[in-house]
Amino acid sequence: MSFIDVTMQLLDGFKVTMLIFFLTLVGAIPLGLIISFGSMSKLKPLRWLTRTVVWIIRGTPLMLQIIIIFYGPGLIFGAAPLPRLSSVLVAFIVNYAAYFSEIYRGGIESIPVGQYEAGQVLGMTKTQIFFKIVLFQVIKRIVPPMGNEIITLVKDTSLARVVAVVELAKAAQDIVGLKGIIWPTFYIGAFYLLVSGALTLLFARIEKKLDYYKG
Amino acid sequence: MSVLEVCNIRKSFGGEEVLKGISFSMERGEVVAIIGSSGSGKTTLLRCLNFLVEPDQGSIVVNGETVYDSETVTNRSEKELRAKRLHFGMVFQSFHLFPQYNVLRNITLAAELREQELLKERKASKEEKKKVMAQVTETAKQLLSQVGLLEKQNAYPCELSGGQQQRVAIARALALNPDILCFDEPTSALDPALTGEVLRVIRGLKSSDRTMIVVTHEMEFARKVADKVIYMADGVIEEMGEPEQVFGTPKSEKLRKFLENAKEGL
Ligand SMILES: Nc1ncnc2c1ncn2[C@@H]1O[C@H](COP(=O)(O)OP(=O)(O)OP(=O)(O)O)[C@@H](O)[C@H]1O
Ligand SMILES: [Mg+2]
Repeated sequence: MSFIDVTMQLLDGFKVTMLIFFLTLVGAIPLGLIISFGSMSKLKPLRWLTRTVVWIIRGTPLMLQIIIIFYGPGLIFGAAPLPRLSSVLVAFIVNYAAYFSEIYRGGIESIPVGQYEAGQVLGMTKTQIFFKIVLFQVIKRIVPPMGNEIITLVKDTSLARVVAVVELAKAAQDIVGLKGIIWPTFYIGAFYLLVSGALTLLFARIEKKLDYYKG
Repeated sequence: MSVLEVCNIRKSFGGEEVLKGISFSMERGEVVAIIGSSGSGKTTLLRCLNFLVEPDQGSIVVNGETVYDSETVTNRSEKELRAKRLHFGMVFQSFHLFPQYNVLRNITLAAELREQELLKERKASKEEKKKVMAQVTETAKQLLSQVGLLEKQNAYPCELSGGQQQRVAIARALALNPDILCFDEPTSALDPALTGEVLRVIRGLKSSDRTMIVVTHEMEFARKVADKVIYMADGVIEEMGEPEQVFGTPKSEKLRKFLENAKEGL
C-alpha cells in the first residue's frame, strides 16, 4: 500500500476524529457552564448531587464511560443501542463538560467578592455585573487550563475505537491488521501533533491578547 | 431637613451583635468622620447604608424618603433596591476597580448602563441617546480632572499606583452623583507616602452640596476636615460631636484611651 493510499484512508479517519473533537466542544462548553452553576448552587441538594456526578465522571476512565453508554442500555433494559458515533459523542460531551465545569467553577470563585460589591454599589444589576464585570475576568483566568484540556481532547478522541468507531487511530489499526505494515501507526502521530500544535499556537495568541492587563 | 437620618440600626452576625443601635443624622454638605478601633462595626455600618448587608433593625431616611425600615420591609425587587442604593456611593479600602477596563471606562460603565435603562424607559430617540452618552463621558472627564488624573484616562488600573487607583475609584463613585458618599478607610491600603494625595482629593470634594461619611484612622484628617466626628466602640456610638470637642475634650474614658493609642501610633 502506497503512502498516498494510506494517507487517503487515514484522512477518512481523521475527519471522524475532527468531528468528535468539534462536536464535543460545541456540546461540552455550554453544558459545563450549566453544571458549574449547579455545583455552585445555593440549594444544598442540587450542589451535592452535581458535585457527586462530577466526581463520578472525573473519577472513572472515559473509555469505561464510552463502553457503558454504548452497551449499557442494551444490557440493562434490553433496549436497542445508540449508534456508535452517538454513544461516543454523549460520553465525550458529558465527560468533558464535567472537567470544564470544574475549570469554570475555579474561575468564577477566584473573582474577588469586591468586584461584585463594586458593581452593586454602582447600581448595576446582577446580570450586568456578571456579563460586564465578572465574565471577562473569568475568561482570562480559564484560558490556560481550558487550552490544556482541549489539547487533551484531541488525543482522547482515539478512545472512540473501543466501540469500533473508525477515527484516526482505528483507521491506522485497520490498515496494520489488514496489510501487515506497521508504519501507519507511527504516521498518525503526525496528525495529532499537527492539530495540537495549531491549538497551542491559538491559545498562546488568545492568552497574549488577554494579557493587556494584570489581575 | 436632614439629608440622612439613621435610626437605631442593629445588626448581628451569627448571634454576635456588631451594631447595637446606631443613630445619627447629617445635614447637606456635612462631612462626618467615623473613628474607632478595629472590629467596632464601622465597615458594617457603611455596608448597611449601601445595602451590602441588610440591617436586622432600624431605619434609614434620605432626604425625607424612607429607604429602609425594618418594620415595613417587604421583599423588595432588585430594581427598587438598586434605586435606593444610588442614594449612596461607596469607596472601598482596596479600590476594587475593574481591571479589564481603562480608567475612563471604569468611571463611565455604570453611569452608561444606568442612562441606557432610563433612555429605554422613556423610549428616547437615537440623537438623544448619543447626547446623553456624550454627556456621561464629559462628566467622567471632568471628574477625572477633579481628582487630577485626566492624563491617565486611557491607562489600565494595573498601571496606576495605589493612590491613583483610589482617586479613580473616587471619581467612579462620584459619576453616579450619590447624595451621600461613603469612604471606608480610603487610605489604609496605601503606602504612607500616597495617603496625602488621596486625602487632599477628599478634602477638595468638600462643598456645600456634597455630603460625605469617612471612616478613617487618620486622626489629623478627621480633625481638620470633618464637621462632625463619630467615635464608635463595640457597636455603639460612644461619643459624637465637633472635632474640637471630640479630640480636645473627650468625655468617654474609652475615647481618651483610643486617642492616646492613636497618638502613639498603636
Ligand atoms: N459578614 C460577616 N460575617 C460575620 N461576621 C462579620 C461579618 N462582617 C463583619 N463581621 C464582624 O463584625 C465585627 C465588626 O466588623 P467591622 O468590619 O464592621 O469592623 P470595623 O470597625 O470596620 O473594623 P476595622 O477597623 O478593622 O475595619 C467584627 O467582629 C467582624 O468579625
Ligand atoms: Mg473596616
